[in-house]
Amino acid sequence: MHRALCWLLAAFLALAAPAAFAADQGAADLAPLVRGLGAGSYADTEKALSALAGTGDPAAVPVIEALQAGDLHVRKADGAVVVAKRAGSGFALTDPLTGAALGEADRNAVEKIRINNALRRTISATLGALTLMSPDANTRRQAAEAVFKSRDANALDALNTALAKETDERVRRAMTQARAAVLLAGDAADADKVAAVAVLQERGDQDALALLNGAANSVSNGGSDAVKDAAKKAVASVEQRLALWGAAQNLWYGLSLGSVLLLAAIGLAVTFGVMGVINMAHGEMVMIGAYATFLVQEAFRQWAPGLFDFSILVALPVAFLVSGAVGVAIERSVIRWLYGRPLETLLATWGLSLALQQAVRSIFGPTNREVGAPSWMSGAFELGGLTITYGRLWIVVFAFLVFGALLVALRKTWFGLSIRAVTQNRSMANAMGIRTARVDALTFGLGSGIAGLAGVALSQIDNVSPNLGQGYIIDSFMVVVFGGVGNLWGTLVGALALGGVNKFLEPYAGAVLGKILVLIFIILFIQRRPRGLFALKGRAVEA
Amino acid sequence: MLTRFFLMGLDKKAGVLLTVLAVLAVAVPFMALGTAPDSPWHLSTHTVALLGKYLCFALLALSLDLVWGYVGILSLGHAAFFTLGGYAMGMYLMRQIGSRGVYGNADLPDFMVFLNWTELPWYWHGFDHFWFAAVMVMVVPGLLAFAFGWFAFRSRVTGVYLSIITQALTFALMLAFFRNDMGFGGNNGLTDFKEILGFDIQAASTRVGLFVATVVALAIGYVLASAVVASKLGKVLIAVRDAESRVRFMGYETDRYKLFAWTLSACMAGVAGALYVPQVGIINPSEFSPASSIEAVIWVAVGGRGTLAGPVLGAVLVNFGKSYFTAALPELWLFALGGLFVLVTLFLPKGILGLAAQLRQRLPSRGAVAGTPAGQKGV
Repeated sequence: MHRALCWLLAAFLALAAPAAFAADQGAADLAPLVRGLGAGSYADTEKALSALAGTGDPAAVPVIEALQAGDLHVRKADGAVVVAKRAGSGFALTDPLTGAALGEADRNAVEKIRINNALRRTISATLGALTLMSPDANTRRQAAEAVFKSRDANALDALNTALAKETDERVRRAMTQARAAVLLAGDAADADKVAAVAVLQERGDQDALALLNGAANSVSNGGSDAVKDAAKKAVASVEQRLALWGAAQNLWYGLSLGSVLLLAAIGLAVTFGVMGVINMAHGEMVMIGAYATFLVQEAFRQWAPGLFDFSILVALPVAFLVSGAVGVAIERSVIRWLYGRPLETLLATWGLSLALQQAVRSIFGPTNREVGAPSWMSGAFELGGLTITYGRLWIVVFAFLVFGALLVALRKTWFGLSIRAVTQNRSMANAMGIRTARVDALTFGLGSGIAGLAGVALSQIDNVSPNLGQGYIIDSFMVVVFGGVGNLWGTLVGALALGGVNKFLEPYAGAVLGKILVLIFIILFIQRRPRGLFALKGRAVEA
Repeated sequence: MLTRFFLMGLDKKAGVLLTVLAVLAVAVPFMALGTAPDSPWHLSTHTVALLGKYLCFALLALSLDLVWGYVGILSLGHAAFFTLGGYAMGMYLMRQIGSRGVYGNADLPDFMVFLNWTELPWYWHGFDHFWFAAVMVMVVPGLLAFAFGWFAFRSRVTGVYLSIITQALTFALMLAFFRNDMGFGGNNGLTDFKEILGFDIQAASTRVGLFVATVVALAIGYVLASAVVASKLGKVLIAVRDAESRVRFMGYETDRYKLFAWTLSACMAGVAGALYVPQVGIINPSEFSPASSIEAVIWVAVGGRGTLAGPVLGAVLVNFGKSYFTAALPELWLFALGGLFVLVTLFLPKGILGLAAQLRQRLPSRGAVAGTPAGQKGV
């Protein structure tokens, strides 16, 4: 521990020394100007401030920030300008340019440099101008964005100067937009304003829309009709664009929610389709999968922190096997005695779900457990007006991968063939030599294992707590019942449709009311098609 | 004629149950009000309310048994009817608070004042009167059940599907009642009641009165349910449970029979909820949760599905167990409840009463075994 600290200190000093040296050089030029800040009257301070701004030296930024924060003081003894921070009864003094400590001083030994409102405006403009000239492109862009938000007319000159020197394309665009915002808000010539409208229309987001709306409806600052017309047209075009992106965003949210529902529901669809059994403990299988992920990650944190990014990949098979094994155990111990009594099975599995929840609560505690995201699942990227997080994107991809894998397993393998045979005609399959009891056990294991996989995915977007499964069980039922039993495509369509409808209703009806409407819709839908969207066709009176 | 209708359903079980209820109706008031507080026979107000709560649950279980035990409809949403009845009563009790609320507004309940509402929503009108609330306690759940059943039974939604959509129903209601805009107090529900029919709701005598009312309601519910079950209508219901298609092919319109039993059951559940609210002093949307509906199903299963008396016994036993466990061993309660679900479905498909019947059937043969000469034992 100590050694690490020493190393850190050494490294810090090594890095800081040249920086301090560089600052010293700059400080030599700036020092007289900084001293001028404390010269006395507001006018003197303002003069010194503009001189500082004129140097365009980023080293002046912390000094001006200190002035803004009210930390800049004049030492009465020698008239030096210092940064004074409260320390005990007195002040701790530092040099504003180099940051070097200058010892402590009594409260009466220093005098604060006062600023008034006019000065405050100059300060923020100066700061904006200085950051606009910063050597770091990101800082420049942020400064331009800040000007865009503040629409500060004082920043216009600095913006023009910076724009003339700018080489980075993105920064340039941000600066042009900021300039347009300033122009449109202030009182510039009509031609400039119309050009600004075009720039803002190209930007086309909510902020631009607000600015354009302001220009289109402005009465007070006497915008001419030409500007107003241009702004109105731009508003219409931006609104249309935003509506389109809004719809795309809803579609993406719907797809995202739908894939989560799909993950949670396909396991249920498999067991329900084959055995006609609603497994109320299905949500707890999801929960067990999430806790398996947690344990795998803990193991990685303990023994291989460097490989943490791969923990999720290891968690997948682990969660599948753990949840699957629990599923097979449940089938062998409880469910197989209850075949032909679906309602009793429902009750027994509900009992199991309560016991499993309490078991997990007793072992891991009732609080949420921390499951981390690997680096390749965190962050987001922008696609036009869409913001897409990698975590959500991977879950969508994962849901479809699981769905595809399951589909292939059911179509192309011997086990899948047996499952389909048992689903379609249990007694006939039995007569043809398929060991239905074994198929039942394995199917239940498969369904539970898939629930475990869902748990791995959900651990990334939801709280890993003993109640995790409860939140999904009713939704999964709705998906299965809506989609129809015995048909995976039904589950896919059901999940995506319910997810999409839910997200499209949300902006109009609110999240809760939207959900209620979906539930009512399903209740009514079941009346029309009691066996779901894609029902297996048969002639039996009682399926 | 009507008396005969009501008496024909009563058998030995009914005799025992009604006797126990009659004893409770006499003994509890005496023990709560007629004994000194330090006497070992004294019942505290709290205990009386607890017993009353158990009996409300018993009435709910009874109503559930009527549809699950005799018509084969496993409702996972009966708590919805129970809670709606409770809300109807709760609204009456809220109106009785009058200007004694925190905000002292005589026209609006506190939570509406808090939400800056200026006038009473239309559906709150009429709840100033007890008779109106008492009617609504049955009408609201009854209407909902009728509408729901009308659609569901006509389109022949059965089995697991029906169970799932009853669950969706209660879940949707829960979400709806959690919303503040619904005008039912949102999250907090309705609480802080002051008086019922002019009596202080906290007073021991009122609690005893409510308890006796619950006993009477349970007795009436029981007599009514057994009469329905024993009538010709009941025979059709049982036939529907066992082979619905066959009954339909014989020319019965099964959906009407089911609808009748379903609606009647919902009304009974509503009454149970209405009696529950003044005794526990609060009603909130969490009562709608699917979990509480399923818990009611286990009471029926434990006592004995299709026996009417069994569910009453089951509800009291399970809830007594719950009170005991959650106080003494809170960690173990869910294990116990979960285990109960599994064990009852696996080993006691007919519940406690069914077990008793099984044992009784076996007794003669065991008697024969016991009759063999003692000397041969162990040889």
